[in-house]
Amino acid sequence: MKTILRLAICILFINSIYTNCQSKMVLIKGGEYIPLYGRDSMKVSINSFHMDVYPVTNKEYLAFVKKYPKWQRSKAIKLFVDKSYLRAWKSDTLLNSNQKPNSPITNVSWFAAKNYCECQGKRLPTVDEWEYVAMADQKMPDARKLKTYNEFILSWYEKPKTYNQTIGSTFKNYWKVYDLHGLVWEWTSDFNSVLISGESRKDVDTDNDLFCGSAAVNATDLMNYAAFMRYAIRGSLKAKYTMKNLGFRCVKDDK
Amino acid sequence: MKHLKILIFVFMSSLLLINCNKEEKKADTVVDNTTIYIKGTIDAELTAPPFVPAPVGDRPAKKLIVNMEILEKEGTMTDGVKYMYWTFGGSVPGSFIRTRVGDEVEFTLSNHPDNKLPHNIDLHAVTGPGGGATSSFVAPGHKKTFSFKTLNPGLYVYHCATAPVGMHIANGMYGLILVEPEGGLPKVDKEYYIMQGDFYTKGENGEKGLQPFDMKKAVDEDADYVVFNGKVGALTGDNAITANVGETVRLFVGNGGPNLTSSFHVIGEIFDNVHVEGGSMINKDVQTTSIPAGGAAIVDFKVDVPGTFILVDHAIFRAFNKGALGMLKVTGEEKKRVYSGVKQEGIYHPEGGTIQTMPDNNKKKVAVTLKDKPLAQKIKDGKQVYMNTCFACHQAEGQGIPNAFPPLAKSDYLNADVKRAIGIVLNGKTGEITVNGKKYNSVMTKQTLTDEEVADVMTYIYNSWGNNKTNVTINKVKEVKSSH
Repeated sequence: MKTILRLAICILFINSIYTNCQSKMVLIKGGEYIPLYGRDSMKVSINSFHMDVYPVTNKEYLAFVKKYPKWQRSKAIKLFVDKSYLRAWKSDTLLNSNQKPNSPITNVSWFAAKNYCECQGKRLPTVDEWEYVAMADQKMPDARKLKTYNEFILSWYEKPKTYNQTIGSTFKNYWKVYDLHGLVWEWTSDFNSVLISGESRKDVDTDNDLFCGSAAVNATDLMNYAAFMRYAIRGSLKAKYTMKNLGFRCVKDDK
Repeated sequence: MKHLKILIFVFMSSLLLINCNKEEKKADTVVDNTTIYIKGTIDAELTAPPFVPAPVGDRPAKKLIVNMEILEKEGTMTDGVKYMYWTFGGSVPGSFIRTRVGDEVEFTLSNHPDNKLPHNIDLHAVTGPGGGATSSFVAPGHKKTFSFKTLNPGLYVYHCATAPVGMHIANGMYGLILVEPEGGLPKVDKEYYIMQGDFYTKGENGEKGLQPFDMKKAVDEDADYVVFNGKVGALTGDNAITANVGETVRLFVGNGGPNLTSSFHVIGEIFDNVHVEGGSMINKDVQTTSIPAGGAAIVDFKVDVPGTFILVDHAIFRAFNKGALGMLKVTGEEKKRVYSGVKQEGIYHPEGGTIQTMPDNNKKKVAVTLKDKPLAQKIKDGKQVYMNTCFACHQAEGQGIPNAFPPLAKSDYLNADVKRAIGIVLNGKTGEITVNGKKYNSVMTKQTLTDEEVADVMTYIYNSWGNNKTNVTINKVKEVKSSH
């Protein structure tokens, strides 16, 4: 009886957390996909998981640093964040007047993002998980060969200051997830696992798996160009780096 | 006697030895620039095109501090057309860097926090892997520093080499770095910085609005714009580069590409000296020099006569239809000995006849049809004349080329005075005129057309593009001709 009561309280408690603090998540049904750098033989299988519908917002992150003061701007350990960490904020616990509560949080490091997710009982997505969800457009789970899909991504590179937009301002994709493209870059747990040295032309020789696709002039070129940018930005990062155009969202395993 | 022979032998062989030694020493000093001693530190002066920093003169090799910022920013490709440029230092091409051989360049590359993408820099003047690209790969909101020693004198391209490399270059991420030899390049009066690039936009040439980069066209090498210094008109009209008669002008000309090779030519000038491909070999008396994508050339010439000299990529459709056109305005006294200019009494009147030789059967036809044709026929024939004779400058829709050739469409100048317009076709026109509120100062040569052809083409122009529908008769043409 006691255990049942405890369980009930526990469930209630978890539920209340969900409704109060937790941002909305959706189930992403697992499957196989071929990454940008792969061939048919290199299919990657993804287990089912839950993903945040939106990137983490300024408001949510503000609540986080209030609860965990060690991640406030002046208190964060310098090993874990660079000098631009939360740079646009007015103070440790105040947003600036030009920052909207519902805009994505940016200028956070990988360490900070990782800890944020862990404190919510979640984790950062892997590159493969992120790419798996992000290859969808409004209607198809894998739209990477569509011209419109790639043009949307490429056009984002030319739009200045999209980090000022609010969450949900881009399209809702097949999985009912918003803003994977068109708002900000997002951290992944293993962002450095695909090594791009910075000398991209050299990489052509050393990492044929990654770049064989780009050498061919064919229909997939546009898709590769759109995706290359993400791999390039990930390759340029270090875990303590923060950027105005880089935010994150969390995921959770499906039990 | 024997002694003497031995003495001579010894003397000769010692001479040989000395010679050998001397030659070896010379070779050493020429080759090994890695050991040039560095004295002091200075901040590099960086300039936006078309200007270049002051010459190095005879300063010793130094540690040279270069700070360059990467900015992704919107700019104007041509009137009404915007483009999102990616730039080194805020300009296309990027800031000009001037060094001398032996300098140790400490290069800091900063990527502005507002930028979306990581970038890096590959300087062709660098001896080292990736030309610095590996060491300078930098995320937005960060900076990286690396240093290199300039070993070879010459004019070198630098560019971004981040994947996708072609796109970074196509968006304007290139510029020039000059390594002067010890003692500097020979002194000249004027120096300018010009760099060609080809651009690929989603809309066709001239389509208004913010135009995104078009990957497909870039792969197909189907450029919409080929321009000097990043935009149409960067070197024309008020932006033209200038010199005075008698001065020597040196142009540092680069080609960022990404795809097209430039056939660089200055109309009405001959390059006295060309540093071929930006290197140490000097070619003399050159009309057109080839500048490969990712390459450069240093050209110099003395300007002997005043006037406007047009800089073009002599793959000429790029100049007149895609924007690869600049101007050098030279002021000063005329030098009739070198160039006479237009002499009034020298004007040739087409009815003189000898040049208008046509096959016999055509001649008869001309004679028969001297009376005016129906309007529709005149317009049809006139259009043919237009496409053969006028199209290259005034363009298909009579829109002209901004700052170079005035429009004929809805042209106030044209509609104001029919006789004047006929006169220009017959006799040519030089000097400043104002058309639709904009000033033009170009040359139109007199056209060798028959009276009928002039009447046809003028009627076609007046009945097109919103003009006042005048029907120009053959008699009117004759009248203008004889009144002159």
